[in-house]
Amino acid sequence: MIIQALVFYLFAAVVVASGVMVISARNPVHSVLFLILAFFNSAGLFVLIGAEFLAMILVVVYVGAVAVLFLFVVMMLDINFSELREGFLQYLPIGALVGLILAAELILIFGTWAVAPEAGQALAAPALPPDQLTNTHAIGQIIYTDYIYLFQAAGLVLLIAMIGAIVLTLRHRPGVRRQKIADQVSRRREDVVEVRDITSGSGV
Amino acid sequence: MAMLDRNARSLLLLEIAAGMWLTLKYFFKPKVTINYPYEKGPISPRFRGEHALRRYPNGEERCIACKLCEAICPAQAITIEAEPRDDGSRRTTRYDIDMTKCIYCGFCQEACPVDAIVEGPNFEFATETREELLYDKEKLLVNGDRWESEIAAGLSADAPYR
Amino acid sequence: MVEFWWSYAWPTIWIVIQILFIVVPLLIVVAYLTYAERKVIGLMQLRMGPNVVGPFGLFQPFADALKLMTKELIIPTGANRVVFLLAPMLTFILAMVGWAVIPVDEGWVLSDINVGVLYLFAISSLGVYGIIMAGWASNSKYPFLGALRSAAQMVSYEVSIGFVIITVLLAVGSLNLTDIVLAQQDVWFFIPLLPMFIVFVISALAETNRAPFDLPEAEAELVTGYNVEYSAMAFALFFLGEYANMVLMSGMTVILFLGGWLPPLDIAIFNWVPGIIWFALKVSAMLFVFLWVRATLPRYRYDQLMRLGWKVFLPASLLWVVVTAGAIVVFDWYPGVVN
Repeated sequence: MIIQALVFYLFAAVVVASGVMVISARNPVHSVLFLILAFFNSAGLFVLIGAEFLAMILVVVYVGAVAVLFLFVVMMLDINFSELREGFLQYLPIGALVGLILAAELILIFGTWAVAPEAGQALAAPALPPDQLTNTHAIGQIIYTDYIYLFQAAGLVLLIAMIGAIVLTLRHRPGVRRQKIADQVSRRREDVVEVRDITSGSGV
Repeated sequence: MAMLDRNARSLLLLEIAAGMWLTLKYFFKPKVTINYPYEKGPISPRFRGEHALRRYPNGEERCIACKLCEAICPAQAITIEAEPRDDGSRRTTRYDIDMTKCIYCGFCQEACPVDAIVEGPNFEFATETREELLYDKEKLLVNGDRWESEIAAGLSADAPYR
Repeated sequence: MVEFWWSYAWPTIWIVIQILFIVVPLLIVVAYLTYAERKVIGLMQLRMGPNVVGPFGLFQPFADALKLMTKELIIPTGANRVVFLLAPMLTFILAMVGWAVIPVDEGWVLSDINVGVLYLFAISSLGVYGIIMAGWASNSKYPFLGALRSAAQMVSYEVSIGFVIITVLLAVGSLNLTDIVLAQQDVWFFIPLLPMFIVFVISALAETNRAPFDLPEAEAELVTGYNVEYSAMAFALFFLGEYANMVLMSGMTVILFLGGWLPPLDIAIFNWVPGIIWFALKVSAMLFVFLWVRATLPRYRYDQLMRLGWKVFLPASLLWVVVTAGAIVVFDWYPGVVN
């Protein structure tokens, strides 16, 4: 058990430390790399509590896809660091105000947090005892039965966001010549080459 | 029907499969590589390689210092100085070829009236320093002695076509 | 003291020994994969391939390794030192850790976790970081272009790989790699799932940045892309990582589609051969396909590569997921799930 505790504190410490580094690193690319480190160690924490499916999904989705896109955007942006520093003091009051309000709200919420007494029974009981059921099955059974509508609704929201992005950027430009690969590939010699006998001096 | 045929071909990756089959056949074919330092390809009798100064069978050097080669050399790589020798015959005292200038056109051996300067079959004379490529008469004569049999064989093989 | 030895120290040592038993043969395989690549492509081009160092050139990988080790590591002035050095290590480590869950025979696996496939998928999706970090940290235009291409390419093809894996999972009903192999006792999955097998192999080529999808390192246009600025062991780690990834993807193909360590026919002679031999043979065959494809096909153009990934493979694999799921429901072919 002591090993598990040590590993937990190691992962937790790295998550917190890299979280701090995300907002304090001077170089935005370093920020994203620390963010990835934080994701990775959170996945480690999930594994420690036995939620290996969630851990792997976290790595696949956030580290494997989302953070790559972050990194892409941050690398492509040509950020001038000195200009960013200039505005720091100017925006400090507003930033501090927003931060304070957020912190106050969080404290209010957690201060009055109460778990409903019947919540314990409301949790969907797994069909099998946990030692026979992998947590992949358990999650599937909950998501695709009790929470199917919410799950599908979440999927729809993402789909709408995707369609929205496409609609906003799609332009139908007239007069653009596009490559039709199928046509090119299916071209045959007979269709495009014509052999003629030309008598000298007469032209085609 | 032709359309169906085409689509079926591209869907079943038939063209890729045909290409893969071709490379697989080549995989088992006998290889054409010559294992170079140990095996060498045949060389034409007219091959123009490293220069050499030849001698007559009695050991007398052929070159009579006519300087035709020096005159014709388009790269001006040849430098000759000559004096009458003690026995009265006209011989070179200096015969230098700057191999870094030479373009291996073979004009020198064409110009030579006594077949003294020739380009032999040797092409492996790379050196580590540039200076080693500035050949003098001694080096050229040594080349001639070393490659004489090959040079003579090449000249006689080419003689019927001259 | 005795308790400390048996409950902490010995398990640690035992795991380290097991890791060595995986990593050392793997590194030898990777070294000889570079040799096999040069030899196979040479033979297909009517050349001999390396044949000077040792008998049949068999010591060539060691000569190459020695050469790379004795060379000088150059860090460009404008490079970001930490990220620059981190990138090759990351590539190499990620290529190695995937093997923790690969079962090479029944029970011969370092960590038989329940979500083995997801773990492999996650590891292979992380491979892009080594390349993108290298491209950015080099502070040079060709590596950066190579890194961008590579990132876009790997993210695109991961999507269709994901769907292919889902079809296999539908047919197995488990994420555990050992279960996946054992589910292929009757018939290897590449027969019923042939279209998905082809999609997977092609996507694996794209995922490992191999020809004909080797745009990130296109030597003609990007002078080998992301690793332009690397030399010595840093370059060697990229090289090893790339080839280890090839071996890993081949191993994954073998487990998902070619029946892992199972013999081709369940008859006595085949069953006498140990499973690991079958596994090694199948992985070698897959690796040969990798090299064979490289010797055959020319490189894709970048927009065509993206078109293939998003407009052909993604709809095709999505369709096949639906078809497979539908077939399982309609014909009541539910795999032997726990419940």
